Amino acid sequence: MSIVFSGQAGQGLQTLEALLTRMLKRSGYNVFSYSEFMSRIRGGNNSTQVRVSSRRVFSYTRRIDLFVPLHENAMERFHDRITQETVILGDRAFIEEQYLDGHHPVLEVPINEVAREKGGAVYANTVLLGILAGLFFVDSDLMHEEIRMILSGLGEDRLQKNLDASDEGYERSKKLLKPGQAAVSIERTAEVRDEVLTDGINAVGLGGLAGGCTFVSSYPMSPSTGVLVFFTKKAESSGVVVEQAEDEISAVNMAIGSWYAGGRALVTTSGGGYALMVEGLSLAGCIESPLVIHLGQRPGPATGLPTRTEQADLQFALYSGHGEFPRAILAPGTHEQGFSHTRHAFYLADKYQVPVFILTDQFFLERRYNVPDLDTSKVYDQRFIVQTRADYRRYALTENGVSPRGIPGFGEGRVRADSDEHDEDGFITEDFSTRTAMVNKRLKKLSGLQMEVFPPQLFGPEDYRNLVVCWGSSLHAVQEGLDMLGRDDTAILHYSQVYPLAEVTAEYLERAHKKIVVESNATAQFARLVRSETGIAFDGAILKYSGLPLMPEDVCEGLHEKLGKKESTHGRL
Amino acid sequence: MGAYDFDHAVDIAWCPGCGNFRILESVKDALDELELDPANVVFVSGIGQAAKTPQYLNAHYFNGLHGRTLPPATAIKASNPELIVIAESGDGDMYGEGGNHFMHAIRRNPDITNIVHNNMVYALTKGQASPTTRQGFVTPVQVHGVTQEPFNPVAVAIALDASFVARAFAGDARQTTDLIKKAITHKGYALVDIFQPCVTYNKVNTYGWFKQNTYTLEESYDPTDREAAFRKATEPGKFPLGVLYIKEGKPTFEEGLSLYRQDARPLYQRTVDMEMLRGLVDSMRT
Ligand SMILES: Cc1ncc(C[n+]2csc(CCOP(=O)(O)OP(=O)(O)O)c2C)c(N)n1
Ligand code: SF4
Ligand SMILES: [Mg+2]
Repeated sequence: MSIVFSGQAGQGLQTLEALLTRMLKRSGYNVFSYSEFMSRIRGGNNSTQVRVSSRRVFSYTRRIDLFVPLHENAMERFHDRITQETVILGDRAFIEEQYLDGHHPVLEVPINEVAREKGGAVYANTVLLGILAGLFFVDSDLMHEEIRMILSGLGEDRLQKNLDASDEGYERSKKLLKPGQAAVSIERTAEVRDEVLTDGINAVGLGGLAGGCTFVSSYPMSPSTGVLVFFTKKAESSGVVVEQAEDEISAVNMAIGSWYAGGRALVTTSGGGYALMVEGLSLAGCIESPLVIHLGQRPGPATGLPTRTEQADLQFALYSGHGEFPRAILAPGTHEQGFSHTRHAFYLADKYQVPVFILTDQFFLERRYNVPDLDTSKVYDQRFIVQTRADYRRYALTENGVSPRGIPGFGEGRVRADSDEHDEDGFITEDFSTRTAMVNKRLKKLSGLQMEVFPPQLFGPEDYRNLVVCWGSSLHAVQEGLDMLGRDDTAILHYSQVYPLAEVTAEYLERAHKKIVVESNATAQFARLVRSETGIAFDGAILKYSGLPLMPEDVCEGLHEKLGKKESTHGRL
Repeated sequence: MGAYDFDHAVDIAWCPGCGNFRILESVKDALDELELDPANVVFVSGIGQAAKTPQYLNAHYFNGLHGRTLPPATAIKASNPELIVIAESGDGDMYGEGGNHFMHAIRRNPDITNIVHNNMVYALTKGQASPTTRQGFVTPVQVHGVTQEPFNPVAVAIALDASFVARAFAGDARQTTDLIKKAITHKGYALVDIFQPCVTYNKVNTYGWFKQNTYTLEESYDPTDREAAFRKATEPGKFPLGVLYIKEGKPTFEEGLSLYRQDARPLYQRTVDMEMLRGLVDSMRT
């Protein structure tokens, strides 16, 4: 079931989202939520989708089963998504005339009036929460507990008024349905109650802690700021230096400085901020510094759509930085991967002394759903730093290109890092043969990275006729879209590491009759990467770049059009 | 031979007579006189002629990007407060390309020493104007002479209430050494802007010119009086040499980092607290 709340900035949609998803999850429902919002602090129109299901739900859908308008004109942006099957719930004043024609199921509740009776319009959201709690058979004690938890900062008086408001909503929900009319019938699962409810921000942040992150320097920019805030909140308890730098240039140079001195640093940014960090990427490449870059994509160019989503910085992450040096780009598809891949990024960066990207996007970071666990048993705690001896050489030439990494203050040697071309000791050199040796040394590390690549994951039949390829946050929408289409001759290949490209790629693609790529950008950037690495071109692309997340419906319709009729000859008899 | 000298000959890329040689000696003398163990001293520099200094002394160094001297220096100190960190580079690097970092490093107040070789020119790129180039100075780019007001680093630092501001002249080795020593021992951000003759690209601001246009602050001068310091830093005529300003008792950046209050270990000695992590994940179940 898909519920959409449509409100204005400043109306408390985020609190409602947090309360509702927590409460429903703890009642045993699988939940998913995502808010799309304008880049403004007040007014406008924002909406939150909450999906409630007996099965796991991970994607943002066009479909709306229950629509709740919270202000005048709240329905305007949703005409194409509200159908005659969409139940509209709320204040009559907020429901457009055209929907009161008798053909649309409407549940009128004077939410604002009730709220005012309970002490003021600010209680409207808790009245609404009570109504939904009632409709979903949530235990009222649990509802109270959640309100107390989330609104604990309000003070006793206002907290009590919120509790009363929610009780009133809860009562009203009983009278909403006519006798015999079915309330919500979604099966609940006991195990779900204790699952972990997380958004991408927390998944990445916790993954960073699991990877041993001890230093975060960044400059705020949506949608990456959440990760900075995460570390700020956890700085004290988990021993992380967190600094808001004066600009992204400073942020990345600080992070590299920290690695040099034994820290394990992460920067979190978005495209425009990363543009300023690019010189730092090249620096990391030259001085062979580890570096973890969380790049939360949003639509560009330039300022673009600050609060929206896109996957259009893949080529930028891949080709940015002057000179030639290796890198790795991870693109988690699930929140479990957000956690495990961020942890892994620290391992890769440290082991190979290269920059590693965690390429997410606004949708990935803001969406929230329940997962069974984030596996903290595999804390990455391996250190690749060595205690130096007096004859230490920072850039000693080795078989695999990786020189033992010393840090100042640990051992007897001198640690010299140089952004000029350097010899094995780290001193500036203009010797041509040393230069050639150093370039080769740095590039050699790519083979090591290639050996440790996360292979793409195949979903669906091994003997697929068609293959749908996607990467990063698009996974779930593609899965659900293909489910909707219901084709058993089509499989999905998802990449959670896009660079280096897994060597099995060609093998997978060659087996497919039709190869379709699905991406949230306008130019099929991943398809271009695949083509340049394997020479294989896709037969079609489903691309979305409106700023809204890719939806299962987009994928279903796109595949329907691109794949045509199912071949009856496809033999799995 | 001092602790910072190499036991082999070093091929130095500076012109004979360059003020950088004098500064290099002063820096080494200061470190030796303070008996600092080179194993604990980290130089951070950007790019330029001045920025090559760390190549020529036997300590750790991080020779980063042009203009980006102070951010890594700040982070190195914050990642291991036990290290002595010296950020050393040219006027172009520190006040031009790195101008924003200069301002914010002062505000952050890490316990580092910031040595600037101020030759009033971009030497490595063959003589263009730097932010401190005097008006009228003709270069291959500023062909009609520099028209802009020169940047006054010491005045800006005092305006930002920097914790230590000094000015030296490379030609006076003893004074320069003493000022560097004071800056290193001072707790907090310490700027030493050193007039450095560039014999190749600056034929105006020569040894003689600097000698004529500077004087040493009187014994009676009180560097804790900010208004007086600002007046000194901006007064027309000769440039004062010495400690212009000291702001005592300013908390350093590292002291403000809560993680060191509970546990003084540098970052490299820390490991992941699995229980804490487990706890964080579990807190998201309810
Ligand atoms: C990003 C960037 N821009 C420009 C340069 C070229 N560059 C190198 S050093 C320098 C100026 C050096 O001036 P200064 O810092 O005063 O040092 P000096 O050579 O005078 O000691 C410039 C412009 C560079 N290396 N990197
Ligand atoms: S060019 Fe100027 S600054 Fe550079 S070494 Fe020669 S004299 Fe010194
Ligand atoms: Mg200069």
